Amino acid sequence: MIPAAPSTATPAPDESGAVRGAVAETGATGSAERTDAAVRVGKRPSPFIVAAAITVSLLGLLPLGYVIVTGFLTGWPALSALVFRPRVGELLVNTIGLVVITVPLTAAIGVAAAWLVGRTSLPGRRVFAVLLATPLAVPAFVNSYGWVSAVPSLNGLWSGVLIATLSYFPLVYLPCAAALRRLDTTVEEAAESLGSGAWGVFFRVILPQLRLPILGGALLVGLHLLSEYGAFAMIRFDTFTTAIVEQYRSTFNGPAANALAGVLVLLCLFLLIGESGARGRARYARVGSGVARNAPRRSLGAFTPVGYLFLGGLFALAIGVPFWSVIRWLAQGGAAVWADPVLAQALLQTVGYGLAGAAATCLLAFPIAFLAVRYPSRLSRGLESVNYLTSSLPGIVTALALVTISIRFVQPLYQTTVLVIVTYLLMFLPRALVNLRAGLAQVPVGLEEAARSLGKHPFAAFLHVTTRFFAPSALAAGALVFLGIVTELTATLLLAPSGTRTLAIQFWSKVNDIDYVGAAPYALLMIVLSLPVTYLLFARSRLTSMQ
Amino acid sequence: MISTRRLALLAAIGTVTLLGVTGCSAPEESAPAATGAATPSGSITVYNAQHEELTQAWADEFTAETGVTVTLRNGSDSELGNQLVQEGAASKADVFLTENSPAMSLVDGAGLFAPVDDATLEQVPEEYRPSTGMWTGIAARSTVFAYNPSLLSESELPASLLDLADPAWAGRWAASPSGADFQAIVSALLELEGEDATRDWLAAMKQNAVVYKGNSTVMKAINAGEIPAGVIYHYYWFGDQAGTGENSSSTEMHYFKNQDPGAFVSVSGGGVLETSANPVAAQAFLAYITGKGGQEILKTGSSFEYPVSDAVDANDALVPLGELDAPVIDPSKLNSTTVTDLMTEAGFL
Repeated sequence: MIPAAPSTATPAPDESGAVRGAVAETGATGSAERTDAAVRVGKRPSPFIVAAAITVSLLGLLPLGYVIVTGFLTGWPALSALVFRPRVGELLVNTIGLVVITVPLTAAIGVAAAWLVGRTSLPGRRVFAVLLATPLAVPAFVNSYGWVSAVPSLNGLWSGVLIATLSYFPLVYLPCAAALRRLDTTVEEAAESLGSGAWGVFFRVILPQLRLPILGGALLVGLHLLSEYGAFAMIRFDTFTTAIVEQYRSTFNGPAANALAGVLVLLCLFLLIGESGARGRARYARVGSGVARNAPRRSLGAFTPVGYLFLGGLFALAIGVPFWSVIRWLAQGGAAVWADPVLAQALLQTVGYGLAGAAATCLLAFPIAFLAVRYPSRLSRGLESVNYLTSSLPGIVTALALVTISIRFVQPLYQTTVLVIVTYLLMFLPRALVNLRAGLAQVPVGLEEAARSLGKHPFAAFLHVTTRFFAPSALAAGALVFLGIVTELTATLLLAPSGTRTLAIQFWSKVNDIDYVGAAPYALLMIVLSLPVTYLLFARSRLTSMQ
Repeated sequence: MISTRRLALLAAIGTVTLLGVTGCSAPEESAPAATGAATPSGSITVYNAQHEELTQAWADEFTAETGVTVTLRNGSDSELGNQLVQEGAASKADVFLTENSPAMSLVDGAGLFAPVDDATLEQVPEEYRPSTGMWTGIAARSTVFAYNPSLLSESELPASLLDLADPAWAGRWAASPSGADFQAIVSALLELEGEDATRDWLAAMKQNAVVYKGNSTVMKAINAGEIPAGVIYHYYWFGDQAGTGENSSSTEMHYFKNQDPGAFVSVSGGGVLETSANPVAAQAFLAYITGKGGQEILKTGSSFEYPVSDAVDANDALVPLGELDAPVIDPSKLNSTTVTDLMTEAGFL
């Protein structure tokens, strides 16, 4: 449902910047390099900044704390009865099956697509480079709607794999394409000179160097699979997340829903740890002076049609099918579907939530990013890690936690816009964080200090020098959060004030009444709102690779 | 150093401002009721588990008549019922409307309803409301067995809902067990046949039934020939027939009758929350829904649900309620918690 969360690439607190490596390569960040003079050794950060960063991070611990505490309160006998039952077994088989099949598939497709557009002389590769990023603009549940419209009998695991693969492969494709541009080609040349063929070079030299972007992308795909609701509900494929939503519909926040949430959280942690373990210690970086040469492109020769078939087929299935369905329904509905009085309200409310959420998230992510870049310490790394962890929890779990906590302890916030924004903050903070910290890291502190020594007020120096370097990253951070919010469904459904209607909520309500015609304008508007952000993402992933 | 402090201050101010701004955009509390005044005014919040389109039609007309603003929070029966119980006294809801009665009993059991005005109760025949008068029926719907005649001949039709537990029906019928509608049917089964029989039937259903999400989806699948038959409510079929018929044209309906559990007629409920900030308008809304104006919308609108008022006949397309030979069940006896527990146990949830 949430395209392109650069959210979750792990908190590994090692010096190497592996975390940001993986994150950066999902295409969301600017340079992940830490610029020389950025670290202010020996100075202490302002207590205000520290307090703000700690507060936000503590907030981030609420959902996980909720799952643990409710599990504890439910007690082991009741909890084990709710966890060790055949239904949970079914859900485990479905969910794990989905992850185990889809993740390698998206990885293979993502790498192949990245190699075709990045390393071959296939005519039209530049156009495909952009086109293959566009599936990120189609929320997975809209993609599912498009596919169900075209093939109504879709259901079960393999349909889930199909739709998820087509929705999420760009999460691997984008970082791999960016990384391919950066690889030092002399290693490949060395391998060739030692007698490796084209395949040998690919598998023995290129692929190992793509390890980090593949793993980072695969982790994101895995987390999306665990948290997606709409796409799978539409094709009658039950995962933990769909089951939790159903329990919620039947019992609000009953113990069975919480028990399922606990198992789901364990699956998330398992993925996070698995990725971090698989990343390994090897680092691939160009050292020494000089500039890397552009990689040579291979001609596909007789295989050119195969390359076209692959890229064209991928695009047709991932974008062609949902677009064709939406257009078909729109044509069938004619002008009447646009007369829906709720349409304008939903559009305004969605944009409003998106902007407010993006602004709040960037603002509150700033202290954490600031500490991480200017005052790196065990504390700042810990704070970052907490936020990655929270955002990797499915939205339904976070929402369930906040509904319960706000009803019991902070009634004034219950069913208010503020609570919705806080939830968005927790869900999407890392999207802002990785961008903000990359942006901050690029600002040479020396320039700011020079401005001060020339008589500028410190704040003015920050404003005139630092924010100028920093603005594009902040914009990207906000845009990514905005994208997440526009297509968010479950948390908004649970937490929004009565009478709220976002595009995603209305779309879902129409789809549930099998009013596919009425749902089409909502689908189109969500795609239209997402497209510019997706392009931005693509453009930044190229920018990254050029530095 | 100073710069960071300034910055922190600025960030803090920004945060507070932003929270303030977003806080202001939260919907305002309902205006307090004009004490003693009989004229409804202000606004009410309705926790609505009925079809959004139907309640919106009620709300629009009520607003046109009284000037009271109606805000809907849409959800499903048990979700909103349990939500009200969790919210307790702090609930912002004024009125609760459901599709089925078990969720009404749940909220009533928690003591959250205010007595319904006598004048409102008098508009509704006794069989469609609990004797306590804490809530009232607002509409009714009947269980049906929808089937595709090209896959299932008339002679093969089951005589009772209970027959569907037979292995002969494995993979041949569908339902939407995650929905409140089907859960209400199970609650009727529970009331009529007892807990053990219900547990056994659900276990057999887990083997036999193909699970879909939503009654419309079940009907669509039957129509497309994916599955021969399914248990749904009647109005999905009539609603689709009145429209394009694209999801029902190849289906027929079979009423179980004979006071079978499968002939269950479910009562949709409405009640006023005791904690309502605007009880006058809330009671007026319920009076409107159960009165002639509200019930007429059931007859003439696109909902195809049955009116409960004696003053208004059902839509001409429908089989009259009296001919359905439904089992006699006190709507206030239907239980939702045991049903969701049993269905969780059976592995549907």
